[in-house]
Amino acid sequence: MNVIRQTFEVLRKELLVEWRSPARVSGLFFFALAMLLMVAFASPTEGILRTQAGGTLWISLLLASTRSMDQSWSTEMEHGAAEGMLLWPVEPVAIYYGKALANTAILLAVTVAIFPLMVGLYDVPVRGDLSMLAAIAVMGCAALAAPGTLYGLITAQARGASVLLPLLMFPLVVPALLAASRGTMVVIEGDPMLQGSSWLSLLVAFNAIHWSLSGLFFGRVLEDG
Amino acid sequence: MPKWEHIAGLLGLITLIVGHYLGLFWAPPERMMGDVGRLFYVHVPVAMFAMLVFCVAFVGALGYLLTSRMEADWLNEAAIEVGVVMNVLLLMLGSIWGKPTWGVWWTWDPRLTSATVMLLTFVGVILLRQATQSPEKRATWSAVATVLAFVNVPVTYMSVKWWRSIHQMQSTPETVSEPMVFVFRVNLLAMALLMTWFIARRWRIAKHRAMAEAPAPLPPAPQVTS
Repeated sequence: MNVIRQTFEVLRKELLVEWRSPARVSGLFFFALAMLLMVAFASPTEGILRTQAGGTLWISLLLASTRSMDQSWSTEMEHGAAEGMLLWPVEPVAIYYGKALANTAILLAVTVAIFPLMVGLYDVPVRGDLSMLAAIAVMGCAALAAPGTLYGLITAQARGASVLLPLLMFPLVVPALLAASRGTMVVIEGDPMLQGSSWLSLLVAFNAIHWSLSGLFFGRVLEDG
Repeated sequence: MPKWEHIAGLLGLITLIVGHYLGLFWAPPERMMGDVGRLFYVHVPVAMFAMLVFCVAFVGALGYLLTSRMEADWLNEAAIEVGVVMNVLLLMLGSIWGKPTWGVWWTWDPRLTSATVMLLTFVGVILLRQATQSPEKRATWSAVATVLAFVNVPVTYMSVKWWRSIHQMQSTPETVSEPMVFVFRVNLLAMALLMTWFIARRWRIAKHRAMAEAPAPLPPAPQVTS
């Protein structure tokens, strides 16, 4: 079985676990929704909500993603399942990419569910190209999942995991957060200067770096863990 | 106890005093900024060595991942801590420069922002090192996190070229007058000697700590006599 096939088997297993008990997706959805509502309650005027919509959406997803990465590995740590993972007849890199793709898919599902609600709640007029918005959403979720999946494995074995994961992840994903927020905003407002593609390029570059580096080192972290 | 690192430290301190004296009293005032421009002799060497020390941490991280030798992990630990101190100093000096020249202590300029992100990523590595008792896990996690954090170092360096904004671009000997270049190089040498001293001392502390944490060797087996 080659690595690509193994990756899809791990992805299938992750999504099957989620399908049988969708507590994580629903939990993340309500977490992100609560964030959108909290920001609305804390904002002095409704106009600010419209101008900050892209940033609020991605901050909500970022915070939700830390819960997601945490849970992704905490289930593996129960009853020594992570040790069993080392005995699987699959390459560690396939485990990483399978889990990271599953985390991307879960975050994307939350994004698809939360975006229309944000548009309605914040009264955001969507004027731009929806295919560009979809590309930014896919790349943005992938950018959160790539380092998050690796750091999730590390912090699941560490003391103070719940504090450590955001501390490690937040500064690392600043370029992705910036690109996804600004890209979402320019596409929402209409994009006469075609800036969406440059923010998308930054997201693609971020993903290229972090998906390759994290995949490279995952096996070492898993074996030494 | 090797004397070379203390000699480097002593020479570094003397050079630093000489460099600061030259920068404050001998070098001409900067044409546009006046005496405020004298911060250049401290701020720029600190900025250069903050990034260079993170490069040393990166080398230590790669060294550990390739060889699994603890000496490389101690280098990683030493360089990250010294680099974080330099990065904090860099941001403080930048703020002191920013107030009289830009009118604000802080602005969300790409260079300032990327330097802050660089600091936070490496602070995260220090915190990660404290999250486990196992030396092997600590070394592996720290090495991996350092490589990921290091992505921010070239971004910080290139930020003034990629996003032209309020922060000036890197100076070169062609853009700075000759006496200023001389004073700058004296301060650069001082910083190089001091960084060598700091990293060497911190490496030795890491080594002694690791030896103290290591389990004591078993007593020799009793001799059986017939």
